[in-house]
Amino acid sequence: MGRSLSDLIIFVAKRLLQLIPVLLGVIVLTFLVTHLKLTGLCNEWYPKAGQTTLENCKAKYSAPILNQFYQYFTALLQGHWGADIAGVPVYPTIAADFPATLELVLASLFLMIFIGIPLGVIAAQYSGRFGDHLVRIFYLSGWATPTYLGAVVASVFLAPYLGLPAHGEYSSTSLPFHQYTHMSILDAMIALNLPYTADAISHLILPAVVLAFINMGIATRMTRASMLEVLPLDYVKSARMKGLSDFWVLYKHALRNALITTTTVLGITAGGLLAGTVVIEEVFDWPGIGQYAYNSIGGGSSVPNFDGAVAVVIVFAIGVVVANLVADILYGLLDPRVDWR
Amino acid sequence: MATSSPNGPAPPRADSSIRVFWRVLRANPLSFFGFLLCAFIGLTALVVVVAPGLLVPYGPLQQNSLARNLGPSAHHLFGTDNLGRDIYSNVMLALPLDLGIGFAIAGSALFIGGALGLVAGFYDTPGTLGGWLSIAIMRVTDIFLSFPSLILALAMTRVLGLGVGPTVIAITLTWWPFYVRLVRGEVLAVKHRPYVSAARAAGVTENRILLRHVLRNVLEPVIVYFTLDIGTVLVTYSTIGFVGVASKFPSAQPEWGAMLAFYQGSGAATSEPWLVLAPGAAIFVTVLAFSLLGDGLRDILDPRTRRAFVRSTTTHDPPPETTTALSSSSDEPDSDSSSAPAVGAVDARSAS
Repeated sequence: MGRSLSDLIIFVAKRLLQLIPVLLGVIVLTFLVTHLKLTGLCNEWYPKAGQTTLENCKAKYSAPILNQFYQYFTALLQGHWGADIAGVPVYPTIAADFPATLELVLASLFLMIFIGIPLGVIAAQYSGRFGDHLVRIFYLSGWATPTYLGAVVASVFLAPYLGLPAHGEYSSTSLPFHQYTHMSILDAMIALNLPYTADAISHLILPAVVLAFINMGIATRMTRASMLEVLPLDYVKSARMKGLSDFWVLYKHALRNALITTTTVLGITAGGLLAGTVVIEEVFDWPGIGQYAYNSIGGGSSVPNFDGAVAVVIVFAIGVVVANLVADILYGLLDPRVDWR
Repeated sequence: MATSSPNGPAPPRADSSIRVFWRVLRANPLSFFGFLLCAFIGLTALVVVVAPGLLVPYGPLQQNSLARNLGPSAHHLFGTDNLGRDIYSNVMLALPLDLGIGFAIAGSALFIGGALGLVAGFYDTPGTLGGWLSIAIMRVTDIFLSFPSLILALAMTRVLGLGVGPTVIAITLTWWPFYVRLVRGEVLAVKHRPYVSAARAAGVTENRILLRHVLRNVLEPVIVYFTLDIGTVLVTYSTIGFVGVASKFPSAQPEWGAMLAFYQGSGAATSEPWLVLAPGAAIFVTVLAFSLLGDGLRDILDPRTRRAFVRSTTTHDPPPETTTALSSSSDEPDSDSSSAPAVGAVDARSAS
């Protein structure tokens, strides 16, 4: 059984190596999906563009497909990700927007873990009874809520009622401190500015809660299932027989074991959380890549931006791949049965 | 109490799918409610298609200058908008489209992904042509699964051309990989069962084994997943509608997501909340119905919850007589209240 430090390094390195073909595949697939000329590519993306834009676009995409791929691939690796129709480059915009999205997703993940997992424990504890049904209704309601519905209801109806802001990261646009990380709460904390920290937190609450509510089902469901598997085991029974309280048995002994499977939730929900940001960031005016994706695709009345859309698709896919990698490594670390070699 | 039965829990039987289905519904009142709701929604959609006059009083674009911005009333169940268009009629007319799209996308994904999954799971002997094919299918599947399907579908819709048809194709193209994973996993679990070996020993050809022995036993979990999936597809489709890439509103063929986006964008949400809440509630209830049904059914897919389910349904072991659907549904509240404590009891302190 190999679980020494050198084995761990090999374990992580192997997974990093496995990442390469997947990332290559992601890039190739994105190229194929976005560059296939089923209809007039340029007409479809720039329906209202001027003649010169259209001519430029057509000149660029009339080359043989392999040449196009070579161009696209080398430009991608060099960080030349193109520009939108007004000439704003894509890469710097995405790089600046990414931390805000990461902040939102991490906040939702935090809520999912600290609300979704205990709910799963409660459901397993009262399996088949009222508490179980109640939890089920709760997480299925989240499941059944389209992101836009949750976001609109929260921003239009809940926000005024709760007195929470529903637009942007801060109340004021001019900040008295420098944004090092582009994560609203972290930046305010680095500047040791308490009022702005509180302001940033209050702005994050609604979008994060909506995003978490919609994606919580998987965490709750998986925790419930693993708890149901663990609860009849002998070690749980013996803990109970020792006279430990229900709380201690459930949350210390049983959940600890059940939680190992739940780490895979990280990877599974990454796609849902990231996709959710597209609509949530638009509705809550959150300055992340979700909003950038919404605008690049041509959501609402915005002008579509082909280069931006291609980049955003790749970035989202990389996000999912990395989240799966983290979940995989975490699982290996937590479960002592996994051989690292 | 039922748990103290001297015979102890009966061993789980291999039941027909229909009987398992009924046992799930009996054990889980929420699934039963979801089932009723699904049936009701399906019937409503059918009526809207066949005889719209019965349920849809106004045309989708019909304006009425005398009935602008009305709140919900008997004449206009969900109120009207600033041009006097009836919201209830629009919501109703959208139902068959949204439901049909859910079935169409999940159904085609099931066929494409299911077929690939069967091949990838069954012909995976390393070194053979089938083995290579299997590896290729799984690698492509993995790459597709790396994308959040919403974002990929959004980009594809742009490429394929805007509108309902391209959106359906785009979502289907991102949706099939889930079924490859599911079906392949099930095939791998089934293909080494004794009955498959027995069929092989009896000289049945491989293709026939695949279709007659493996496919049939894989079908049940796939259909369960499909039930739950219809709701998810609907959410994705209407989200693309909300972004404004799929359907436009107002149009002769309304769609819930596009409708909600239109009224939210027009800024009428605060003064006339019904404009936003009516299509929102419609999609919420529809998806919830399928999720309630599918979630209960999924308990028998996961081996962990399946064991708990078997424990819960066999401890009070109702004789498996062939009751009609009607009589067992009227028994529902009773049988559940008697089974509920038994489940908890078994979970907490099962007889050692």
